[in-house]
Amino acid sequence: MPSCLVVDDSRVVRKVARRIVEDLGFACEEAEDGQKAYEYCAKTMPDAILLDWNMPVMSGIEFLEKLRQMPNGNGPKVIFCTTENDLAHIQRAMNAGANEYIMKPFDSEIIESKFSQIGLL
Amino acid sequence: MRISDFDLYQALLKEKSGLTLTPDKSYLLDSRLTPVARKHGFATLESMSTALRGIPKPELVKDIIEAMTTNETSFFRDMKPFEQFREITLPHLLKARSSLKRVRIWCAASSTGQEPYSLAMLLKEEGAKLAGWNFEIVATDISTEVLETAKKGEYSQFEVQRGLPIQMLMKYFEQKGDRWALKNEIKSMVTYKYFNLLDPMAPLGRFDVIFCRNVLIYFDREMKKKIMENMTTLMPDDGFLFLGGAETVLGITDAFKLMENTRGVYIKPACTTIAPVQVKTA
Ligand SMILES: C[S@@+](CC[C@H](N)C(=O)[O-])C[C@H]1O[C@@H](n2cnc3c(N)ncnc32)[C@H](O)[C@@H]1O
Repeated sequence: MPSCLVVDDSRVVRKVARRIVEDLGFACEEAEDGQKAYEYCAKTMPDAILLDWNMPVMSGIEFLEKLRQMPNGNGPKVIFCTTENDLAHIQRAMNAGANEYIMKPFDSEIIESKFSQIGLL
Repeated sequence: MRISDFDLYQALLKEKSGLTLTPDKSYLLDSRLTPVARKHGFATLESMSTALRGIPKPELVKDIIEAMTTNETSFFRDMKPFEQFREITLPHLLKARSSLKRVRIWCAASSTGQEPYSLAMLLKEEGAKLAGWNFEIVATDISTEVLETAKKGEYSQFEVQRGLPIQMLMKYFEQKGDRWALKNEIKSMVTYKYFNLLDPMAPLGRFDVIFCRNVLIYFDREMKKKIMENMTTLMPDDGFLFLGGAETVLGITDAFKLMENTRGVYIKPACTTIAPVQVKTA
């Protein structure tokens, strides 16, 4: 079963996202900030990461930049999932190595559409 | 709504648009038609129904049809048809039309424009390969309301996240407040027209490719047959017809056959010039 790490400081968002990615056939893990996500990835690289931007301790973009430096850090497909919805943010995320970008609010249809576009489904 | 009124709308829709209204959809009538009745100054649906039994105004009939259409669509809907267009249809046409360098594509029920614009972006992505070629995309629909939306080319954040890869959003759209507007370089590739699929098709001209997706499902067998058979007359021997995921020619007409090893790509049975698709082996 492929795995997906959901990184978001909102417990509610993590819960909603978990339900959706599990329905898509992923085993789901959660992290509440970039630092926790980084520690998780140092142990096990997931197949997919759903990543919020603004979080305490370490932001999503900072995490992504670090992730891509790690050994095997290019493995996971990273999908930003954030309320930041302007071109400048999108551009920055893509330059840092994101594979897709979701502007909140999201629903199951959007997640499914983005996952399948980057070959996760 | 009274049964007799249901029959009235069922007959009207079938005659004027081909749409089949099944009794299980009767619950839609009240909610969709009440605003139409109000707009045309009828106090109740019953009084609108009475008016329809006489000689109804064309405007009223048009609004009723429009209210009863389903306009659900998305960019690169189902993905597969667009991949097949790029991998099968395009290479064939680039070879077969290399002297004229002219290709005409028809989106026969284009709704709010996502389908024709997806094709336009796909062609744009081919870049230099298509230099010197003239690709014309004609997009039609029976609803003038969706045609207006399509021409405008502005979509909500929700709409641009269904099916559209983020790279294409970045390349081909501009942000306008909380909406996303297609750039002119894509918008100008598509021509929109009002067209009812029950009308004679010859005036539209010839087409190498027809996308007729997710509209025939609303028609009965006879209508489907008539429409697809009319479409063959617009196409050269090596034309391509794309149908929706739940649509088929099987048991309806011999005018097209499913292209082997494809999903939803139809060609003329007599065609010998389109290279068969090989199944990819890993
Ligand atoms: C579900 S949408 C399909 C949009 C797009 N082709 C797709 O697959 O996503 C169906 C469209 O068919 C249009 N339609 C229904 N009856 C029609 C008719 N008789 N002639 C032309 N268009 C019609 C509706 O207005 C609606 O926009």
